[in-house]
Formats: sequence, structure tokens, C-alpha cells
Amino acid sequence: MTTSTARGLHRPTLAIGIALFAMAFITWRDASAMQIRATYGMGADAASYFVALFLAVMGAGHLIAAFRWQDDPGPTDWTAVGWVALGLGSLIAAIWLGAGFIAGSTLLFVFTARAFGRRAWAADLALGLILASGIFLLFNKLLTLSLPMGPVERLF
Amino acid sequence: MESLNFLLQGFGTALDPMNLAFAAIGVLLGTAVGVLPGIGPALTVALLLPITFKLDPGGSLIMFAGIYYGGMYGGSTTAILLNTPGESASVVTALEGNQMARRGRGGPALATAALGSFVATLIATMGLAFFAPMLVKVAIQFGPWDYFGLMLIAFVTVSATFGSSPLRGLTSLALGLWLGLIGIDQLTGQARLAFGVPNLLDGVEVTTLAVGLFALGEALHVASRHLFNDEKPMAIRGSIWMSREDWKRSWKPWLRGTAVGFPIGALPAGGAEIPTFLSYTMERKLAQKPEEFGQGAIEGVAGPEAANNASAAGTLVPLLTLGLPTSATAAVMLAGFQQYNLQPGPLLFVQHPALVWGLVASLFIANVMLLILNLPLVGLWVRLLKIPLPWLYAGILVFACMGTIAANPSVVELVMLVAFGILGFVMRRYDYPIAPVVVGLILGPMADSALRRSLQMSLGDPMILLQHPGSATMIAIAVLALVAPFLFKSLARFRQDED
Repeated sequence: MTTSTARGLHRPTLAIGIALFAMAFITWRDASAMQIRATYGMGADAASYFVALFLAVMGAGHLIAAFRWQDDPGPTDWTAVGWVALGLGSLIAAIWLGAGFIAGSTLLFVFTARAFGRRAWAADLALGLILASGIFLLFNKLLTLSLPMGPVERLF
Repeated sequence: MESLNFLLQGFGTALDPMNLAFAAIGVLLGTAVGVLPGIGPALTVALLLPITFKLDPGGSLIMFAGIYYGGMYGGSTTAILLNTPGESASVVTALEGNQMARRGRGGPALATAALGSFVATLIATMGLAFFAPMLVKVAIQFGPWDYFGLMLIAFVTVSATFGSSPLRGLTSLALGLWLGLIGIDQLTGQARLAFGVPNLLDGVEVTTLAVGLFALGEALHVASRHLFNDEKPMAIRGSIWMSREDWKRSWKPWLRGTAVGFPIGALPAGGAEIPTFLSYTMERKLAQKPEEFGQGAIEGVAGPEAANNASAAGTLVPLLTLGLPTSATAAVMLAGFQQYNLQPGPLLFVQHPALVWGLVASLFIANVMLLILNLPLVGLWVRLLKIPLPWLYAGILVFACMGTIAANPSVVELVMLVAFGILGFVMRRYDYPIAPVVVGLILGPMADSALRRSLQMSLGDPMILLQHPGSATMIAIAVLALVAPFLFKSLARFRQDED
């Protein structure tokens, strides 16, 4: 206990505190720009002011806590987080560029499996493709939900 | 007796073959997700919302309730055999249950968990059927000021009791309230925090937030950690039947756990964690062999598991009668009601009695189904734990994103989903509770409009909140619940200084 107290500021807590202040500021600015007024009682801006104040108080709490909290989140495998992020990014890109749901989901599947230590790219690619196509057929044809279409989906 | 009549009619609805099928699908899905690490009942219901949009409301709600109950049963299996509790309510079960499994008594541990869950759910669901109509009679006279007071209590208890510190819990709540502000205000049409983005004018979808925080956040978190912890599920050894002594040591903890769990779940006191911890401490104090605690005492599984399930059923009381969600799953189920334009609350019992009582009756049926699924068939579920983690999480992510895209096919929605996923990851990493964010998003706008309607009725006089005894009491309770932890803490520190 005594060894860790001397380390000074807990950086993540400090960063979260500053982020909370920033959100409070944005909310306050947004509230003060509102035009519509209520006839009686509170308008739509009152809740915004309240939340801005609440966020600011929490931000202040974090600034104080940054001097006290010392807990370390433990070892982190950032490469794995990066692979999952790449998977999610690929899905967004695939939908954005009109490559369709199946292509995006297959990439998401493959990259996430890689994040958890799989290296059998071909097998995972095949499995992801089967899963994504299955989902697409089930939901687009059976439940008539509209999943984004790309060149692959138009073949069905 | 009136409610008994309604309940009998409800069984008529619930025994309809279609509804029985929905209940069966619900409990199967619920048990599966409860067993699988990383996905809980809240996430499953959130994933199913867009898919069930076009189905019959009664059947879908029966299915959601089955998932909710099933998730509670299945969670104990993971906690006992894997020592990684699927949801926070099973943390305590893992303490003794995993020790029992390590000592070759996994079978009896699973059995007492399943039977305890059955007894607790049975009693608690009877409690629901009995108390809900009484509460409805009171709630029907509630004004907007009373609802505002109730929501204040829910805010405080949900955020101050979850997680490791009140500051973290309240920060999560503030985030949820902030997200709740986004979009067009219902009463005046004023846009709040939309920044000119058209997609934001409709507000943040509860399902997008829940799926992002729970599914994506959890996947990112587990990915960041899995290199460093490698838990292998244990095989069930020994008979799954309990010995005479096991029975003797289990039945009292079941009943005590139920007695603790149901009221705490039914009050807007948030979460199943508190009753499970309370029950664990209680059993430890009352045990005839306290030295066994920490080394696999069966009471330490029986009591908390009963408390867990009783509080899950109890949570349905405020959800159905007041429209007040006090847990993440209840919050997502509320979104489920709303997608069919049904508003839970006293009026639901008046306007849709067949639906409500069919739902309550189907809870009894789901409970019986779950006992069968979890006792003789528990070996089947354990196989689910053998799905390789890479495929499991890859599959979860594909399903999670699919649900969001299907509900709202836009890139903006998908970007928001990923942003919420990163938020969920950061919150897990630094130990912030997730549930207050979801509850804040749902209850925030409701509290806002309840307060403003009260003020419109009083022509702007805020004293209206204190002039009504109901709302005055509830606001006092909320303030007490907010201040009490800080008081106890400084009191404890004061005493420490004295020593």
C-alpha cells in the first residue's frame, strides 16, 4: 500500500476527468444556444444544464480521485485489440463502399478470430463466408429484413 | 382472488401451442447464452429486438422472458465449471461452486443451483402474480411527480450500488443521461446535442447502445486479456444427484435466498448483485460447518443462486407495473415492449390484460422447462463451453453488427455502434459499471418529461414535488441512498483514525 501512493497522478483517471469536463462544456454551449422556450416551468434546456453540471461535478471528482486511485488495469494485448478494431473497421468500410454485408461480415469474422490467436486464414475465411451467407439468406429471404446488398448478395 | 382468475386465463394464453414454442425457443436461447461466456441475457434480447420486430408482440415478449429466466439458470453452469461468471449476478456462485467442482462435486453443485433456481423462481413468480395487481392499484393514482421520485430512486440505487465506487457508478449514469439528451425533445421539438447530424435527431437507439457496450465492449475486453488467462472448463465429475445431506443443507438456503432476493429485486434497488452477496454472507454466518466456506460449501451455492433468480423475477414487478427498469436486462426488455408501442405500467394491466397475464403464466411454464433443461440435460450445455473462443467471439461480433445493420441500415449507426463498443471497452478496463448507462439512456428522457409535466401542472412551482407525500418520500429516499454510502465511508475512516 505504501509503495504505490508515492507514484503521483493516475493518468487514465485524469484523462477521463478532462473528457468529462469537455462533455460538460459542449452540453452547456448546446443548451445556451437553444431557441424554443417553454410557456410554464422548465424548457428543453434545463435538463441539458443539469447534465452539464452533473458531468462537471463528476469531472471534478475524477481530478481529485486521480491523486488517490492507483489500480492498474493489468497487462493488455494491444495487438489483439487492434485486430478486432481492424475487423470492425473493415465492416464499416465494406458497407460504406457498397461491398455488401457478406464481404464485410466475413472480414470481421476472420480478423476477430485472428485477434483470439487463430492463424488458419483459409479455414476461417471459408467459415466466415458460410456464416455470413447463411445469415444473409435467413434474414433477407425468410424474415425480409433488408441487409445491405453488394455484388455478392445480388447473385442470390 | 381476482388475480387468480386472470392468471388462469393467462395460462390459457400461455398454453397456446405457438406461445409454448416461443417460450421453448426463449429458454433454449437463454440457457445457451447464459452458459456461453461473454453474452448475457441483456445482449441477447437486444440482438433479437430488430429480428422480432415483425412477429407477434405476445409471443416475442414470452420469448424475451424465457431468455431472461434461462440466462439466470445458464449463468450458474459457467460460474461453477469455468470460474468465469457469465454475468455479475453469478460472481458469488463461482466462489463456492467452482471450489466444489475442483473437489469433484461439480454434479451436486449444478444440481443445487438448478433446484434452488427452480424453487426461488417459482416462489418469486407467485409473488409477482400476487403483488403486481396490488401495486397497479396504487400506481394508477400516481402523478408525474411520483414517477419523477421513483426514477430518482432508480437512478441513485442503480448507479451507487453497481461497481466498485459511487463515483464510477454516478459517472456511468451521467454518461447515460447525456446520451439520453441527444435528439429532438418530445415536448417542445427542440433538438439537443444533435450537431446537425440527421441520424442523431431521432436519438440514440437503446439496442445500438446495449449491443455496443455489451457485445463489442466485451469482445474487445476479452481480446485484450485472453493471452494472460487461460481457464479450461472442468468436466462434471461425480453424480449429478444430491445426497441426503446435500438436500438437508440446501433447502433452507434456497428459501432464505428467495426471501432476500425477491424484495430487493422488486424494489427499485437495482441489480442482482446485492441479494447474492447478502445471501452468501448470511449462509456463511448461519452455516453449521463455517470452515467449509471458501472450500466448496454447498450452502454458498444454494443460497446466492436462489437469491439471484428470485431477484430476477422481482425485477419484473417494477418493470411491468411501473414501467421502471432496474437492471440492464429489464431496460432492454422495456425497449422490447416499446417497439410494439406497448408502454409497461399500470395501464398495461388494464388495456392488455391477456398479454400481461399470458406473460406471467408463461414464466411458470418457462421455469418448469428450465428445470428439465438444466438437470438431466446439463451435459449438453457443457459442450457449448468447448466452442473455440476465436470462433465464438467472431460469431458474436458478426451477429451483433448484423442486428444493428438490419434495424437501421446506415453507416452512421454502425459507426455509433463501434464507438459504443470502444466506450464499453474503456469502461470495463477501468472498472466502470455498464448498466447505469443503459438505464440512464432509457429513464433520463422519461424523468425529464415527468418533471416538466409536473411543473406545467403547478404552473412552474417546484414545490409541487414536495407537497405530494408520495413524491416527497421518494425524493427523500433517493437523497438518503445517494448520501448514505459517503457517510458510511467517512464514518468508517473516522473510526479507523481513532484506533
